[in-house]
Amino acid sequence: MIINHPLLGPRDSAEFTYMGDARLMDRPDPDAPDAAAAFYDYAYLRDNPAGWHRELWFHEAGDRSWLVVTRNTVTHEISAVELASDVARAQGRT
Amino acid sequence: MRYSAFRVIKEALTGHKGWKPAWRDPVPAAQYDIVVVGGGGHGLATAHYLAKEFGQARVAVIEKGWIGGGNVGRNTTIIRSNYLLDGNEPFYEFSLKLWENLEQDLNYNAMVSQRGILNLIHSDGQRDAFTRRGNAMILNGADADILSTEDIKKRYPFLNTDDARFPIKGGLAQHRGGTVRHDAVAWGYARSADSHGVDIIQNCEVTGFRIEDGVCKGVETTRGFIGAKKVGCAVAGNSSRLMALANMRLPMESHVLQAFVSEGLKPVLPGVITFGAGHFYCSQSDKGGLVFGGDLDGYNSYAQRGNLPAVEDVCEGAMAIFPMLGRARLLRMWGGIMDMSMDGSPIIDKTHIDGLYFNGGWCYGGFKATPASGFAFAHLLAKDEPHPTATAYRFDRFEKGRMIDEKGMGNQPNLH
Amino acid sequence: MKQKSMTQTNRIAGGQVDRSTTLKFSFDGKQYAGHDGDTLASALLANGVRLMGRSFKYHRPRGPLTAGSEEPNALVQLRIGARQEPNTRATTAELFDGLTATSQNRLGSLSFDLLAINDRLSNFLTAGFYYKTFMWPKAFWEKVYEPIIRNAAGLGSLSLHDDPDVYEKGFLHCDLLIIGAGPAGLMAALTAGRSGADVILADEDFRMGGRLNAETFAIGDASGADWAAATVAELTSMPNVRLLPRTTVIGAFDHGIYGAVERISDHLATPAPDKPRQILWRIYTQKTVLAAGAIERPIAFENNDRPGIMTASALRTYANRFGVAVDQRNAIFTNNDDGHRTATDLHAKGVKVTVIDTRTDAPKSQDYEVLAGAQVVNTMGRLGLTFAQVRLQGGSERTIECSALGTSGGWNPNVHMTCHQRGRPTWNADLAAFVPNDLPYGMTVAGAAMGDLSTAGALAGGAKAAQTALGLTTPLPTIPDAEDAPVNITPFWYVAGSNRAWVDQQNDVTVKDVKLSHQEGFRSVEHLKRYTTLGMATDQGKTANMGGLAIMAELAGKTIPEVGTTIFRPPYTPVAIGAFAGRHRGQDFHPKRLTPTHNWAAEQGAVFVEVGNWMRAQWFPRAGETTWRESVDREVMATRGSVGVCDVTTLGKVDVQGADAATFLNKIYCNGFAKLPVGKVRYGLMLREDGIAMDDGTAARLAEDHFVVTTTTANALPVYRHMEFVRQCLVPDMDVQLISTTESWAQYAVAGPNARRVLEKIVDQDISNDAFPFMACADITVCGGLRARLFRISFSGELAYEIAVPTAYGDALIRRIMQAGAEFDITPYGTEALGVMRIEKGHAAGNELNGTTSAQNLGMGRMVSTKKDSIGAVLSRREGLNTDDDLRQVGIKPVDPADKTPAGAHLMAADGPVDAAHDQGYVTSACYSPTLGHHIALAFLKDGVNRIGEQMRLVSPLTGVDVAVEICSAHFVDPEGVRLRG
Repeated sequence: MIINHPLLGPRDSAEFTYMGDARLMDRPDPDAPDAAAAFYDYAYLRDNPAGWHRELWFHEAGDRSWLVVTRNTVTHEISAVELASDVARAQGRT
Repeated sequence: MRYSAFRVIKEALTGHKGWKPAWRDPVPAAQYDIVVVGGGGHGLATAHYLAKEFGQARVAVIEKGWIGGGNVGRNTTIIRSNYLLDGNEPFYEFSLKLWENLEQDLNYNAMVSQRGILNLIHSDGQRDAFTRRGNAMILNGADADILSTEDIKKRYPFLNTDDARFPIKGGLAQHRGGTVRHDAVAWGYARSADSHGVDIIQNCEVTGFRIEDGVCKGVETTRGFIGAKKVGCAVAGNSSRLMALANMRLPMESHVLQAFVSEGLKPVLPGVITFGAGHFYCSQSDKGGLVFGGDLDGYNSYAQRGNLPAVEDVCEGAMAIFPMLGRARLLRMWGGIMDMSMDGSPIIDKTHIDGLYFNGGWCYGGFKATPASGFAFAHLLAKDEPHPTATAYRFDRFEKGRMIDEKGMGNQPNLH
Repeated sequence: MKQKSMTQTNRIAGGQVDRSTTLKFSFDGKQYAGHDGDTLASALLANGVRLMGRSFKYHRPRGPLTAGSEEPNALVQLRIGARQEPNTRATTAELFDGLTATSQNRLGSLSFDLLAINDRLSNFLTAGFYYKTFMWPKAFWEKVYEPIIRNAAGLGSLSLHDDPDVYEKGFLHCDLLIIGAGPAGLMAALTAGRSGADVILADEDFRMGGRLNAETFAIGDASGADWAAATVAELTSMPNVRLLPRTTVIGAFDHGIYGAVERISDHLATPAPDKPRQILWRIYTQKTVLAAGAIERPIAFENNDRPGIMTASALRTYANRFGVAVDQRNAIFTNNDDGHRTATDLHAKGVKVTVIDTRTDAPKSQDYEVLAGAQVVNTMGRLGLTFAQVRLQGGSERTIECSALGTSGGWNPNVHMTCHQRGRPTWNADLAAFVPNDLPYGMTVAGAAMGDLSTAGALAGGAKAAQTALGLTTPLPTIPDAEDAPVNITPFWYVAGSNRAWVDQQNDVTVKDVKLSHQEGFRSVEHLKRYTTLGMATDQGKTANMGGLAIMAELAGKTIPEVGTTIFRPPYTPVAIGAFAGRHRGQDFHPKRLTPTHNWAAEQGAVFVEVGNWMRAQWFPRAGETTWRESVDREVMATRGSVGVCDVTTLGKVDVQGADAATFLNKIYCNGFAKLPVGKVRYGLMLREDGIAMDDGTAARLAEDHFVVTTTTANALPVYRHMEFVRQCLVPDMDVQLISTTESWAQYAVAGPNARRVLEKIVDQDISNDAFPFMACADITVCGGLRARLFRISFSGELAYEIAVPTAYGDALIRRIMQAGAEFDITPYGTEALGVMRIEKGHAAGNELNGTTSAQNLGMGRMVSTKKDSIGAVLSRREGLNTDDDLRQVGIKPVDPADKTPAGAHLMAADGPVDAAHDQGYVTSACYSPTLGHHIALAFLKDGVNRIGEQMRLVSPLTGVDVAVEICSAHFVDPEGVRLRG
């Protein structure tokens, strides 16, 4: 596969390490009263869709960026690639 | 119809006119006691044991395509019970014992062949880990044997021990491990289940669960509603898609695992061998093809196909230990959807919805588990309590922190 | 014995072989001659050899069915010795001088194969017979039946010698990849090449031109073959076009990536020096034109598999391209007009032809006899065709004497590659064939592969496909005039009433087997394939599948598209495993990482061990030491007695800098780092988010905003990745930056009571215990000004330092340390001694941090701070990870000091049963402690902290160990830690 890195352009997916669902960026509030349940859900449950999937890839043999790749799990088509740090900020993380 | 050598001879002499379909092609009834969703190995085995061992008369298996078309139809055919953890080893050993008696149980020759499985050891740390594992196997009543490099060299004289990047320092063997003709497992279970009255309904896709007041009443399908007192789901790689119809999210991801077969060759490999420092394992089928595989491609996928890097990685492993394989040709590559769970171990459990049961999360170890999985799921469906060897395969183990993590990779499914 | 002269009795005029060269070759020990441009099959046919192999199951005598890569029958073992290649298609193997081939899958000789008995027993050996028998007595399957089946099965043999050849891999990039160099592919290449685009044109054949080389018709004023040659010449002159003959594109993978195998040396006796046998190309292309042509399919009839029976187009190819008439008396069995083209061409070559056409309205000919509405109902000839039995339109039968019979059941477009991404082809009733439908990303299809079966259609289609693919606005090249015959076909798959009519010739699947499969309920096309093995042979059913599913459709009362096809899988043709592996074999299987002092260690005679691709010194044997234990014991005692030095460069190092560096470390370590003073080091335990221990190491605070984090060797990469995940994905605005500096610093542990005395001679500052106490760290200089880092940390439990210098100075530093330490007999020690000393101290390492252990298990439960949030903290509190009787790390010592306490052994109560239900724990690490004079071990034991002093039984049934042990503290040596603070 080819991942169109937002900074570096098209790169072979073999340069990357895959992590999984981009919801792993949505780490729950550890101080919330339901933190135990929220962390269980966060760490273990997945939508695992057949279709479009936002997922985390690390450019291990490259610039060490974490990317959020929007990819179709049925066709492997990629529709968007973003820097994870941009996505995190857009989601209100600091 | 009973299969036998006598029958084969008789039919041969009478023009093969007497052979009947291996299973019927029934119209679905309006109501069953138990509906098993998924006509793969696990679903068909479940139906067989429900009917034969647990006396369930009104059982149907419904399959969206053709039976045996899931992972039981695309795997590397290995059986073994060389597990480490208490949550797993008794279950897989139970499975191996069922394999050992499968042909007689089913009256179908699935070619169970206990050619042995050998895991190569390449480091002291690996030897320590394999020793612990071998002991756990023996303590659980399974067989295990530690082999020296010389022992291994006798069996595999062409193994690269001279110029190996990762020298071979021995191996953990399970002589009762081996291979089985995978398609025949599905057909044997289907034929036996059918003969015990189970309706096997192909080309019937589940489109929804009918759930009223928290109770599952049956399934909506492309061939209409089918009522059931209990619905058991065993659809492996499609588990998340199916259970989403019941608004469930599962602790698993679907990944592609590629596997490979070579052209037919005269016998070279006596048993199953796995390379402990790369991603390669291999056996040779009765037809002569080398059946081999390695690691997942690594990304979520329902495509049932993979990409070149994983192919190359596996073949590099092949050449690392067997440099004599260079001129053997890879004939065919294929990909299956693996239901990779969060600790690498399966789930056989009730769901929070009454009457809805789940069997899945087999990662790439589902084939060897087929008989025990079917037996344990049938036990759960029939008696509403887990089979003694499958008590740990609960949904809530992640919430409770009781993971069954053989590889120690945590909640990263593609590393299991 | 004198061989008969080499005759080539069947060689006729014409063709594209070079008659000025004579190539000698042997088949089954007999010598023959052929020409440059021949394949092994064409040369054997020229020499009157039709029998080339035996079928898989019934060992039926077989000759070539085709003249191409779709060949199911003519498989041979090519070459001898370590280069022996089983299952090589004689129809594609290029002839070279000295070629040696032998037939395979036979017991006895090719013409007298003892296993041909199977053919007599075929009525018992029908599809799936083995599922119904061989079950009694139970043990007989594995002991008797299966070995017989295994030895009879398989095809050719591997040599079992290491493959002596080299394989290479490479990447290619282009704007347009064209697969197939027939009329469509050549025209596409011409169009694209003239536009200036970067083009790759690949073809599996050694001669580009595709069917043009095998046909007699003209393109413009030239013959098809000459036009192809001229076009290839023009393409060769274009710098932007790369021609890859002898290159099979094997698969269409994601995002425009194609795999291709170029056979560099397979047409030579041995590869030229420094040349690989084959190259695996990964071709990255924007667009692709698939111009892979079509394959003629046979018709099934009784005994349709005798040597001499082949596809009509194969007969035509042998005559037109190779100048070979398989026999002077030919028959053609056809259901379409293309069969007549073969008859016309053969007649023109002076060969006698009779055409048996299933159609009652078959075209008539002045030149040869046409039997309209007739069918071949049987054939004769034990080792090769002699007669064909024909049922005429009226029902009467006639015997035709012929040694070559061409069958033409129509042409199947080569849709293979269009389906590699799970696309399904669609049925075209006019062609009675499947044509491409869903295409992979960036692919267009042209020519016969698209169902354009005329030459004119292929030329126009190729040009148009290139134009469309590249979005060209320039005018198309002039399309030369060429034949434009329509397809006239009346589908006809098998002769009614035939049983032993072969559908899949290699796997011996007959019409009868397809019928049985249907009868027994195996009616899905996938069940048909799996039950009968139709299409599972080395040709993947290229000539078989269509016939099989057409018969199934008829039996099931369905249309062919309703039955559908099986899934097409890569590779297009089988690929040598060596090609996929490339140079990754032997020592080059994985990269090898060497530390800066590797050469120094080698000079000391070090034995190296692999750790995460690094080569680390395991121990340093000295003269007179006969076992590794002697060396290791000496290294331990020397270190504990005076001073030792160990290369710890491979430990992962991460530089953490920024105003929020301390806050960041607080997040990734479960214990606190915010208050660590500058100049101090602290042990840190990192958890995964699931609360399980991930890695441990130290973090040294060199400045307010600067830490150096160390990781274990094995986890250097995963820990760095994890830290970047936290930084980029969870705390993106934190002022912190990370750099992996593992390779930037060479680092050495200097340990033992004399460590300080050694380092004082090297370090430029005061390192007395007051100035530089235990757990101190600093940026320093050594040797009069060289930048360095010093950490007073100890894995061995001794007074110890780790000293780091930029990698380039590593070798110099170790030599200075050795020099400075000479007066103290400084001793280099390896990973084994390191391991012994850490076990003696009870430090956890990889065997303990095995991915399933919690901080609790490690006895570090209280380290998980509850005052702050850190990764893994919340989930580490789950009930299953906090039970009272949980595993705890303890020490083990044998009751009898002579006993060993090996790793992997399990702990049982001293007087209880030994089984899994009573398993109490297991040994993780074990060694002989030279300090204590007996074996010791670390173990995880249920409720371990409360069982110190208990006697237990340590068992390893796998290795025959059963010893009495005592549970003790894991801190075997200097539990108070006096030495390391000294």
